[in-house]
Amino acid sequence: MSPRLIYIASNTFREAVRDRVLYNLIAFALLLSGAAIFVGQISIQIERLVVVNLGLTAVSLFGIVIAIFIGIGLVSKEIEKRTLYTVLSRPVRRWEFIVGKFLGLAGTLVVNTFFMAIGVFAALLYVAHKFSAPDALILVALYFIILEFLIICSLALFFSSFSSPLLSAVFAFSLFVIGSFADDLRGFATLTHGVTRWFATGAAYLVPNFSALNVISAVAHQQPLASRLILQNSLYALFYTAMALSSAVLIFERRNLK
Amino acid sequence: MTATERTTMIASGCVAISMVACVFLLRHMDQIGPQATMEDALYINSPKMIKRASLGFDGVMACIYWTRTVQYFGHRHFNAEHTYNELAPLLEITTALDPQLFPAYQFGASFLAPAPPNGAGEPDRAIQLMEYGIKNNPNNWQLYYDLGFVYYTEVKDYKKASEIFAQGSKLPNAHPVMKVLAAQMAEHAGEFSTARLLWSATYDSSRDPDIRKSALDHLRAIRVDEDVTALQTAVTRFGKRTGRLPSSLAELAAAEHLPRIPADPDGHAYRLTPEGHVEVENPNDFKFLTKGMPAGYKAPALPEFHAEHTH
Amino acid sequence: MAAIEILGLEKTYMVGFWRKRPKRALQPLHLTVEAGEIFGFLGPNGAGKTTTLKILMGLVFPTAGTARILDHEWTDPEVKAQIGFLPEQPYFYDYLTAPELLEYYAQLSGVPGKERKRRVEEVLQRVGLTDIKGVQLRKFSKGMLQRTGIAQAILHNPKLVFFDEPMSGLDPLGRREVRDLMEQLKQEGKTVFFSTHILSDAEALCDRVAIIHKGELRSVGAVADLTSTVQGKVEVMWHGTRIPASMKALGAECHVTGDTVRAVLPENQQDAAIDSLRLERIRLIAITPLRTSLEAYFVEKLQHSQTTAGKIS
Repeated sequence: MSPRLIYIASNTFREAVRDRVLYNLIAFALLLSGAAIFVGQISIQIERLVVVNLGLTAVSLFGIVIAIFIGIGLVSKEIEKRTLYTVLSRPVRRWEFIVGKFLGLAGTLVVNTFFMAIGVFAALLYVAHKFSAPDALILVALYFIILEFLIICSLALFFSSFSSPLLSAVFAFSLFVIGSFADDLRGFATLTHGVTRWFATGAAYLVPNFSALNVISAVAHQQPLASRLILQNSLYALFYTAMALSSAVLIFERRNLK
Repeated sequence: MTATERTTMIASGCVAISMVACVFLLRHMDQIGPQATMEDALYINSPKMIKRASLGFDGVMACIYWTRTVQYFGHRHFNAEHTYNELAPLLEITTALDPQLFPAYQFGASFLAPAPPNGAGEPDRAIQLMEYGIKNNPNNWQLYYDLGFVYYTEVKDYKKASEIFAQGSKLPNAHPVMKVLAAQMAEHAGEFSTARLLWSATYDSSRDPDIRKSALDHLRAIRVDEDVTALQTAVTRFGKRTGRLPSSLAELAAAEHLPRIPADPDGHAYRLTPEGHVEVENPNDFKFLTKGMPAGYKAPALPEFHAEHTH
Repeated sequence: MAAIEILGLEKTYMVGFWRKRPKRALQPLHLTVEAGEIFGFLGPNGAGKTTTLKILMGLVFPTAGTARILDHEWTDPEVKAQIGFLPEQPYFYDYLTAPELLEYYAQLSGVPGKERKRRVEEVLQRVGLTDIKGVQLRKFSKGMLQRTGIAQAILHNPKLVFFDEPMSGLDPLGRREVRDLMEQLKQEGKTVFFSTHILSDAEALCDRVAIIHKGELRSVGAVADLTSTVQGKVEVMWHGTRIPASMKALGAECHVTGDTVRAVLPENQQDAAIDSLRLERIRLIAITPLRTSLEAYFVEKLQHSQTTAGKIS
């Protein structure tokens, strides 16, 4: 693998870190985790439940917002501002550019999640006064959240490779919403007939399966997750990301830059 | 002054005046508008719709709805409003979003079934809720407790209650009290000891302040009922023996060899009416009384003032 | 070896919202640039200069035709390590500082790790960007950005450099520096291909030029040769204020300044003019040949409706 991928990824990471918007979002997410402690005090019996639920939801939601916010501009911003010209005039392959950008954004989100997770664990410690073994499940939930991020990043990048930032944001967010009902959609598709069925089935399978990746409630109730499930979801996320990225590469390879 | 200074002055004046005007208008609108309905309007009634809208974050939504439920109940209780129409939908939504939110089921058992002003007066919905909980958590013995609780306290189907407690006692980690309750209900359903057992178990097992207060009130009422029954029996015995009514409880206590002059849980002595009825001194201090009330007494429609309830 | 061989590159865009109409941005272009020369690509705005450059850089795909750069296919990514490109009005990642940007570009161009820092410092000195440590590019002036652009184009020591309007945004001093730099590059044996619409620069610098207009190549050749194809004139200067009739008959344009007359007439009538003055016993001061400026040539070419098939001259 060429080192150029690493260079592009680390430059993308640097760009995200220097974008001050990121800090506001992180601060807000940390604030929300703190608020979870207070909400828990109102519902006395379920403080731990509230802290874990609210904390992990904050990590997930804000990460998705950051992923979309930054991801949609990754390619289109460079084309519009023409910063891409001096990059592509170098021995950089177009696919390296896409994949490098993806790796940079994914890396940013992982680091982000790390810091936000510290906030969640701190809030949990405050409420529960100690950690117990089932709290390790929170790490599993965080892993699943990161898998969600990978998918969203790849989708944001995919849309960015041919669409304006505004439209990309709309598409990416819509897919996130629809993806939360992915299992319902697949069920619905089996109830239709004829042409509608083909269309519905196709759409249902194409939409990212976020419903399976959301394990926050289960983890909050300290229910263990089958390792088979973890493996299946990891593979799904991997393949889905690969699909979106490859599509992005296909589109970008052929694109005339204005 | 310069143009900039003039503009600054005018603009600042505009900001201040507009802000004050807005505040006044809002206060005015709040005064004339119907306030009660706003609260109801905030609660959406469809569990499925909310689950969809949660976008996979049902856990948090369940917590939010649970918080709202507790606040809804407490708020209306505090404001002496005796309908709890939204309680059932709120609990249904909460449990639809998170079927494992166990405090919700217990709350439903305690406050959905009893008639107003102590509850929503919907025992059927309470039973439905418990059954939903059991369906989703088949190995949880506490849900059987909650279901049996409803059958015993409100539906008064003691046979069914006993069956349910028996079923629940067979589940893993079931508390031994389940077996005891099953047996009690089968044999001694109407007795004070059974009721005391149930309410004590509820008081011990719940962390919810509303539920504990309710259990405590029931236990106090049981104590009074028990005392009054015992005293009334003693009066009858006295009457049979002496042919007249005792002049005071002290005389009764001496004659029937009662250990001491009985007093109610608040420490006030019971009263003996000239007609020979035993009465409690302050009936308003005791909710759920079935005995010891003066003739023609009606329990106040308004619930007691809960000074310690947090809002 | 030719540095650049453009073999029939052509670009047609489809424009319009619903019904697309073809718009020819570049007619089939044939052009060769020799190694070691400074080649000027001239034309008015919208002529197709930038389109050609973008195609060569692989940013835009041609509708037809191919090209060879340094004897590689123009699409070969490896050849990009040996070329540099300065786009028109460049814009860079504004959250980086100039050294960071150049370091990043050096990484992408394959400059070995140990040399990068040195090269970056060197090239910053060379373009006159000193004292900019820690200043983010978003705070740079237009001129500073242009210098940065030049820096990134030459930092990896490419054999061939492409400049698109390199003088834009620079003050006269800056332009002089860039001209000197281009000369230096030539001294170093590099080939420079630059597009511009400022003809005086081209005239001063270029060995050869090509003129393109409305997507069509109008002419190619060395500056001197091109300007000499247009008929030259001479300026004859003499004492006094008298203009002989015979001079007028030759079609001279005469101006009297003080006690000197200047007359401009075609070169081939130079001898006749001298005779005319001698016969009238007028004292000749000087005869100066006037070369046609490139600008005149340029304008003339543009006004021609015929195409000149661009051939190597």
